[in-house]
Amino acid sequence: MNVNLKVKRFDPSEPTKNTWWQEYQIDIHKDSTVLDALIHVREYEDTSLALRCACRASICGSCGMKVNGSAKLVCKTRVAEVSPGGEQVVIEPMGNHPVVKDLVVSLDTFFNQIKRIEPYVQPDHIPEKGEYIASNESMENLLTAMNCIMCGCCVSDCTVLEVDDNFIGPAALAKAWRFVDDPRDSKRENRLNNLNNEDGGIWDCTRCMQCVEVCPKGVDPMDRIMDLRDSAISNGLTNSFGARHANSVNKSIKHSGRIDEFRLPIESKGYFNIKEIFKLLIPGLRMLIKKQSPSPFHHKNPNQSKVKNIFKNFEENK
Amino acid sequence: MYEHDILIIGAGLAGLRAAVEGVKNGLDVAVVSKVHPVRSHSNAAQGGINAPLTDRGDDWEGHAYDTIKGSDFLADQDAVEVMSREAGDAVIELERMGVIFTRGEDGKLGTRAFGGQKVARTFFVGAITGSALLHVLFEQSLKLGLNVYEEWFVTKLIMEDGICKGVVAYDIKNGELHTIKAKAVIMATGGNGRVFEPSTQALICTGDGLSLAYKAGAPLMDMEMIQYHPTTLARTGILLSEAARGEGAYLLNSKGERFMEKYAPDYMELASRDVVSRSEQTEIDEGRGIDGNVMLDLRHLGRDYIEKRLGYLQEVSLEFLGIDMAEEPVPVRPGMHYLMGGIKTDLNGATQIPGLYAAGECANVSVHGANRLGANSLLDTVVFGRRSAEHAIEYIKSVKQNSNSENDLKLESKRLQSILDRPKGENIANLRNDMAVNMTKGIGVWRDQKSIENALSNLHDVKNRLPKISVEHKGKFFNTNLIFALELEFMVDNAEAIIHGAITRKESRGAHYRTDMPERDDKNWLKHTLVYHDTNRENNVRIETAPVTITKWEPVKRVY
Repeated sequence: MNVNLKVKRFDPSEPTKNTWWQEYQIDIHKDSTVLDALIHVREYEDTSLALRCACRASICGSCGMKVNGSAKLVCKTRVAEVSPGGEQVVIEPMGNHPVVKDLVVSLDTFFNQIKRIEPYVQPDHIPEKGEYIASNESMENLLTAMNCIMCGCCVSDCTVLEVDDNFIGPAALAKAWRFVDDPRDSKRENRLNNLNNEDGGIWDCTRCMQCVEVCPKGVDPMDRIMDLRDSAISNGLTNSFGARHANSVNKSIKHSGRIDEFRLPIESKGYFNIKEIFKLLIPGLRMLIKKQSPSPFHHKNPNQSKVKNIFKNFEENK
Repeated sequence: MYEHDILIIGAGLAGLRAAVEGVKNGLDVAVVSKVHPVRSHSNAAQGGINAPLTDRGDDWEGHAYDTIKGSDFLADQDAVEVMSREAGDAVIELERMGVIFTRGEDGKLGTRAFGGQKVARTFFVGAITGSALLHVLFEQSLKLGLNVYEEWFVTKLIMEDGICKGVVAYDIKNGELHTIKAKAVIMATGGNGRVFEPSTQALICTGDGLSLAYKAGAPLMDMEMIQYHPTTLARTGILLSEAARGEGAYLLNSKGERFMEKYAPDYMELASRDVVSRSEQTEIDEGRGIDGNVMLDLRHLGRDYIEKRLGYLQEVSLEFLGIDMAEEPVPVRPGMHYLMGGIKTDLNGATQIPGLYAAGECANVSVHGANRLGANSLLDTVVFGRRSAEHAIEYIKSVKQNSNSENDLKLESKRLQSILDRPKGENIANLRNDMAVNMTKGIGVWRDQKSIENALSNLHDVKNRLPKISVEHKGKFFNTNLIFALELEFMVDNAEAIIHGAITRKESRGAHYRTDMPERDDKNWLKHTLVYHDTNRENNVRIETAPVTITKWEPVKRVY
């Protein structure tokens, strides 16, 4: 099978032309993976092409790259799947990670973010004999997060990290969830508290779903972040911007069938947070001038009763 | 120049377990690894880790005997005893570190059955046990602030007066060469699967540490003992864990028969790996295969059970072959999987070179003998990783200050430059493939004098061409072209030791099955083969043998 690969190159030692696109036309087996194709290039076409790979079986997490614009483990991505009609396959290094050379990126920041969440079980006692006793369900539950192989795909395509590099990020937060819910861990409350209050914590996710879309191991980091938010709120951690925001949205939709856009920012900041509310005045005034300001008089949704029913059904079936 | 008390080469399970021990004891420990720790090949172990837990009615003798029988009585029984006795604590320790083992109804760790053992004593995390263990040990290394030279490639051991004093290592990221001195070095570089084609092993498993130790004068022991795993995926050769059969999967031939009935009526699909692989190959050779494969049938286990207990296998089968295990049988065949042989060590991981230790797949203690039981390799890494560090900690107390010589660095720098300066010649991948395909032909599931000699003559040819391989890319940053050239040199040393081991052992035992000498010969060959690198000999190879330690189990005929 003939395939045309278009690879984004980067060479830190080339002062003038350090980023460029290069095309390779190669002939490979029809069931080849994108990794097989790249290895073929590296071995026979262009020995200068740099990429990481090891296991070829989607367990080591070395070969995360962007294929046709989204992050994938190339060892488990078949060429035929990304180029069904023989289209060109575009391969780039992962996003949100600095490029070292060609398709190799630095994961230093990635692992520093992992370190931020204290990524190890912290029990408060050691069993006198044998293992910690815990139900299989409570442990099996954690396996979704334990499936994470730290390939960095979720971070690559995270839309928050594109604009805010302080965000702990989907992989580290999914890992944090794994410790929060581990029955052996004694720091659940501390962990939730930190994740709840910390700049870049659980409330910075915009729920764009990209991480769920690209995660090659079914970890579904965003769902784990939502689990963390639920845990934080049910642990009484309601006094954060994110929790207040979620509560305000919830309250206004439940009561009126639509978001109260005037109260939402105020309630999110907190009624007595004078300094933050004062800051809202400037964008508020600008909106007023442009006639974009939400009305202080909130109108109910005409189908409000139907919305209420949705809430009622949900709460009854919870 | 860098300096540490203990330097560990390799950041897989054996390396990290050793490192944790060293750091906990307050020593200055560093790990040097050519890949980030979580990329190590320990990841690929799927099925589980064996341990005879006494509070579950098991005993160490049961596990030890199964291991010894599995080894076809080539394992040293004192070494097996150490492993079996320490297994329980090792598994409990991993659980306490945070491993999410699958549990039973009582909230204690649950087990599954595994090959060559009548008792279900394999503790597991779905079908990702190796990955789960590796990530937890990595977590511990973060907690302890372990120093890791990440993506540094060791090119040479520094030897002074026959004592190992450190390494010369190449920083792959920027092409700089460094000296790392240490009072003790622990080799934990894993296997050498890439010497063969195909292999279940990762592309990074190139036997680096085996070659480094061999070239420094340490003997490699029982290198002919290459394990062919019975269930590797058709075409790609990717591993499908023995856990599938442990959970009850059948092996079927083209007639739909459970053919293991003929070869191992008692253990069926859960006979030792060498036995199952040979049975499969017999079926295939006698025309009862399907396109060179047999079928692994899990359908009767049901979708829920498969997805819960063997999720990763289902993922692999779906992604790489497009086969849903719950609906269709999966074509599998025997594939090169594991090296039982390795750098000869004592019970504490000490090699014959003072200052040099070895643990994990690159070492041979020997606990696996002529055939390793499934789920004993993870156990081997954590038990002997820890022991090698414990002993190294004692050893370095008597070690004097290192010299400051940078002589090895200069020599290595020149050598690497000379490789880069070579004119365009042999393609590295072509030469590796030539070696690896011929190694599989010569040292396969079956072997005989002629096939081994063919492999040897091919290797002579490969060795002649080796100095002509060229590194076309001259860059300093992430120059994998240069790394592959260095790895190929290591692999050729590995191939040499394997072939010489195979040609020396004139019998069939475990994985070493010679069709021209099909019987086990305890009278002459109940002993280990040792291959030394010796520049005073023809071909630079010296062969010796060493006795097998028998403590309480006299060798008997091995029937499954």
